[in-house]
Amino acid sequence: MYVAVKGGERAIDAAHAWLAEERRGDPAVPHLSVPQIREQMALAVDRVMAEGSLYDPDLAALAIKQARGDLIEAVFLIRAYRTTLPRFASSRPMDTSAMAVDRRVSATFKDLPGGQVLGPTFDYTHRLLDFALLAETGVPPAPTAPAPAEAMPHVTGLLDRDNLIEPEPRCDDAPGDLTRSPLELPADRALRLQSLARGDEGFVLSLAYSTQRGYGRTHAFVGELRIGRVAVEVELPELGFAVEIGEVELTECETVNQFKGSRTEPPQFTRGYGLVMGQSERKAISMSLVDRALRWQELGEDFTGAPAQDQEFVLSHCDNVQATGFLEHIKLPHYVDFQSELELVRRLRAEATAASCPKEAAE
Amino acid sequence: MSDYNFAYLDEQTKRMIRRALLKALAIPGYQVPFASREMPMPYGWGTGGVQVTAACLTPHDRLKVIDQGADDTTNAVSIRRFFQRTAGVEVTERTAEATVIQTRHRIPEHPLTEGQILVYQVPIPEPLRFLEPRETETRKMHELEEYGLMHVKLYEDIARHGEIATSYAYPVRVEGRYVMDPSPIPKFDNPKLAGNPAIQLFGAGRESRIYALPPYSDVVSLDFEDHPFVASKADHDCDLCGAGSSYLDEVITDDRGSRMFVCSDTDFCNSRQAEGHRGRLSTEAA
Repeated sequence: MYVAVKGGERAIDAAHAWLAEERRGDPAVPHLSVPQIREQMALAVDRVMAEGSLYDPDLAALAIKQARGDLIEAVFLIRAYRTTLPRFASSRPMDTSAMAVDRRVSATFKDLPGGQVLGPTFDYTHRLLDFALLAETGVPPAPTAPAPAEAMPHVTGLLDRDNLIEPEPRCDDAPGDLTRSPLELPADRALRLQSLARGDEGFVLSLAYSTQRGYGRTHAFVGELRIGRVAVEVELPELGFAVEIGEVELTECETVNQFKGSRTEPPQFTRGYGLVMGQSERKAISMSLVDRALRWQELGEDFTGAPAQDQEFVLSHCDNVQATGFLEHIKLPHYVDFQSELELVRRLRAEATAASCPKEAAE
Repeated sequence: MSDYNFAYLDEQTKRMIRRALLKALAIPGYQVPFASREMPMPYGWGTGGVQVTAACLTPHDRLKVIDQGADDTTNAVSIRRFFQRTAGVEVTERTAEATVIQTRHRIPEHPLTEGQILVYQVPIPEPLRFLEPRETETRKMHELEEYGLMHVKLYEDIARHGEIATSYAYPVRVEGRYVMDPSPIPKFDNPKLAGNPAIQLFGAGRESRIYALPPYSDVVSLDFEDHPFVASKADHDCDLCGAGSSYLDEVITDDRGSRMFVCSDTDFCNSRQAEGHRGRLSTEAA
């Protein structure tokens, strides 16, 4: 009797031990190494790095292993680790036009300077289960071509030269940092993009999809989608010049959207932007659509009440670590509050019964 | 990886939180935005309270952690262990012996004293949130002291149910200015908010807000002259210690409708039993 809440301490220890056992699975099956996850689950690793806001493939792979493949749990592990890291510098703005691309496609021009590069994509695979992978024997080397000597300018830059797209004036203000200061609304575009970049892929995808179906439609074309490695440079005050400290893989999407123009401005295309760490086209495209939908005010469009236009709604709910924590906290004990509700409902019912009782007694 | 700073957070972060705490104490009931950090426990599980506690703890403190009034509920155990591991402070289950008490959903029965700090975990710090979902709007409402909507809600309760149908997280007004959410404590605990000699701090991690009640603050539960606030509890005595004035949990003991009522504050109940108090279902072996 009355043991329900007792023994919390022992229960926690036992639960952790059991969890460790479950994580390992059948010990007769060889365990997964972190390099295996990093190399063969690379897109999961990328997602964890992107939403965890920490570029470290080994740690992300470790987090996936520890989280038993639950990617949101892995993102959470990475975020919690990330907060403990000191910040010793900020990089210079990264130059994505100097990206060493693995993939670069434009949906707006058939050919363009630098050309179209399909890269390692699922796009034209037929989604048939490959049973040969059950007994993987090695992959024949893919054909290679020499790296293009030609530069790969951004498509939006080409449009900009002809004033066909809204200009994106250079801004040297230091952007805000969501992880160091509380989000205050309305948030500027840099902060919105920051929030979307670490937002949940599924949530951002669904919002973007909703704009395509008419809830805040933006008529987006993928001007360009590129994936590749970009150098990270840091300015060292002692040296007085920038030093390359490494490179990261990024996925960048720029959409070109319709804009009707106004009395004062002739029609011009507008921009949506998505940038994600690692390889995630789905996320980058989604992000650029949602970014564009959120810009209705500055572009003088109407607020139609669409969720993707509502920055308070989008920014307050796109973080999956926040969402999952708060959602799952309702499984914590709430006996005290429930007890007070129980008493209230009993009292209200007793009053209601007392009020209707005389009639019943007469029947 | 094992050498985290004292109480986990780095000193810069603690300083940022302490500044928010001082501001909160200077403007009782006002929600101060702070740069909430990502903690190694989930949002919604006390990250705000944990950050406030971490910013308050010194190596000489004695910490008590309760959830639903109990020291041994799993999340209380987990948070207590977190601070044992990262701060190495002494812990206690005795309300009177603790210097810092982190709580979820209850105020201890044993009266608090000067010098004690009570840290509340807060899920939704905005008392107006369920009347107006937008933060941009609710902040404006606080600025303008525009609390009519809250009174309309309470009035509608009375019109529909004959009484105010809010039984926990019952809104209060602090020092005649800010309407404040006391966190989801049962309204039974509301009177203890007022004139309390302890410092009361409220931390909402996910929502990045801190607010506070300095000692002996004036805190009034919202009501109407003809429908005054009533602190209610189950109409029973504790079945283990016989206390008639403590908040009770109802425990279902079989599938035939039997139930027992026990103090939700385990330290209060255990202390009374140790003093020889007995309830309806006490086993005399104790």
